[in-house]
Amino acid sequence: MTETPAGAVFGAAPTVGVPELADWLRRFAALVAAAKDELTALDAAIGDADHGVNLDRGLQAVVARLPELGAPGATPASLLKGVALTLISTVGGASGPLYGTFFLRLAGSLGDAPAVGPGELAAGLRAGLDGMAERGRTQLDDKTMVDALAPAIAALAAGLPAAWDEVLARSVAAGAAGRDRVTPLVARKGRASYLGERSAGHQDPGATSAVLLLEALRDALAPAGAPG
Amino acid sequence: MKKLINRPEDLVEESLAGLALAQPDLLRVVAPGVVVRIDAPRRGKVGLVSGGGSGHEPLHAGFVGPGMLDAACPGAVFTSPVPDQILAATRAVDGGAGVLHIVKNYTGDVMNFEMAAELAAADGIEVRAVTVADDVAVQDSLYTAGRRGVGGTLLVEKIAGAAAEAGADLAEVERLARRVCDGARSMGVALSGCTVPAVGRPTFELADDEMEIGIGIHGEPGRARVPLAPAAEVVRQLAEPILADLPFRAGDGVLAFVNGMGGTPLIELHVVFGALHRLLAGRGITVERSLVGPYVTSLEMAGCSITLLRLDDELRRLWDAPVRTAALRWGR
Repeated sequence: MTETPAGAVFGAAPTVGVPELADWLRRFAALVAAAKDELTALDAAIGDADHGVNLDRGLQAVVARLPELGAPGATPASLLKGVALTLISTVGGASGPLYGTFFLRLAGSLGDAPAVGPGELAAGLRAGLDGMAERGRTQLDDKTMVDALAPAIAALAAGLPAAWDEVLARSVAAGAAGRDRVTPLVARKGRASYLGERSAGHQDPGATSAVLLLEALRDALAPAGAPG
Repeated sequence: MKKLINRPEDLVEESLAGLALAQPDLLRVVAPGVVVRIDAPRRGKVGLVSGGGSGHEPLHAGFVGPGMLDAACPGAVFTSPVPDQILAATRAVDGGAGVLHIVKNYTGDVMNFEMAAELAAADGIEVRAVTVADDVAVQDSLYTAGRRGVGGTLLVEKIAGAAAEAGADLAEVERLARRVCDGARSMGVALSGCTVPAVGRPTFELADDEMEIGIGIHGEPGRARVPLAPAAEVVRQLAEPILADLPFRAGDGVLAFVNGMGGTPLIELHVVFGALHRLLAGRGITVERSLVGPYVTSLEMAGCSITLLRLDDELRRLWDAPVRTAALRWGR
């Protein structure tokens, strides 16, 4: 753990506070907005063509509330709880409860601390992932968001205490590899599972948006100019 | 995309507002996406709440009224409602006798209704949930999200609604809803895809000589793409898996429901119904009650689904009981 402010030293592990988390959410919203059509096209192939539209709607609502959620007095936990409730109230479908539960459990694991270190963040992300899997009754290889997030969060925890920017880059790579690893599989959850064998070979939209969440985390927390 | 809309993001609310203006004696919109029977809550009556993505009209808001639903919570097109909506509807119809949630078995719907039920329980409202999963096109196994809820949902809402209207308690209304779930089976076919307004393009495209068999009601592709066939042959392809699944047997009396997906006219739906009636007669199965029309739709998709429900005196009596909603109305 270090007292160095975020971004001050190349490769240093920052403390993660309200501004960094707000930046993460803003970047996630921007990546989803840019990929909205791609997510929708992936969902149209095996689902019901609403993943991009729904997630974009929810994240725009989150961005609109960030100034209020991050106002003086806010903690990482209070910010993330507000994000969770906003997503649950605006996204709908399966993604709303799943991403909502992810942020709710992450918030719950962070306590009242004004800022947390990488180890606490990794543990919090793990709690979020467990909550998401529980809400969706999802296991690895069901071909969902979990298949991207699980290896990425494991890589994050395993990579510490190496240089933070490298750990974040490795985490994104592990998430993308997880997303691609399950593409040939038959989906077992959500509407894609109705297709049976026909879902094999189609990239999962949920795993795809989950990689955007990881990329946004990397971009928000890796010091400026860091590789990846 | 060619649709009679203003802005895609306003579609659901504008449509609900129009419905409330057209049916002022039946229902009102009490919050965005929360449609409630005009006289709710009724003291001592079990409240019936259903909901799901929009795009299936008249399901569910068109079935709000005496003898059927107390509230409906439509989400965005093909998207589950959110827990806030479901909780608001549950509170609005709770007359002290508890509330039954009628949930179509989709991952998102089930999760959002579960979260709402947890919140309602915290308010001291007794909530039970029945999940409708009547679509035989989906294999029910540990390896899928389970069967979808499709046409059978209407039958659950009608029969449970009649029981609640007659004063049955929550356990009894739940028991009857489950009886309908247990005895109903459905399967559908698409002749075209449909276009989600916010997306602007069809969810899938079919050539002039193709049909998609085993489709759901969200524009999602089905189990197989096969050559288009005459109506009698299409009916056979839908009815065989339904009959084999329950199974329905010679001597059974059934309710036969031919449902339009939104883009197929009644003239064709009655051809389908006639073929179904002949097929069932050939198996010694008697059509005791029937329903034909676009009730559980998938926007403007062309195609239909068939639902069969095995009847007995109890279910027949509740089906025949009076109902007064925007889309179903008889008796009284």
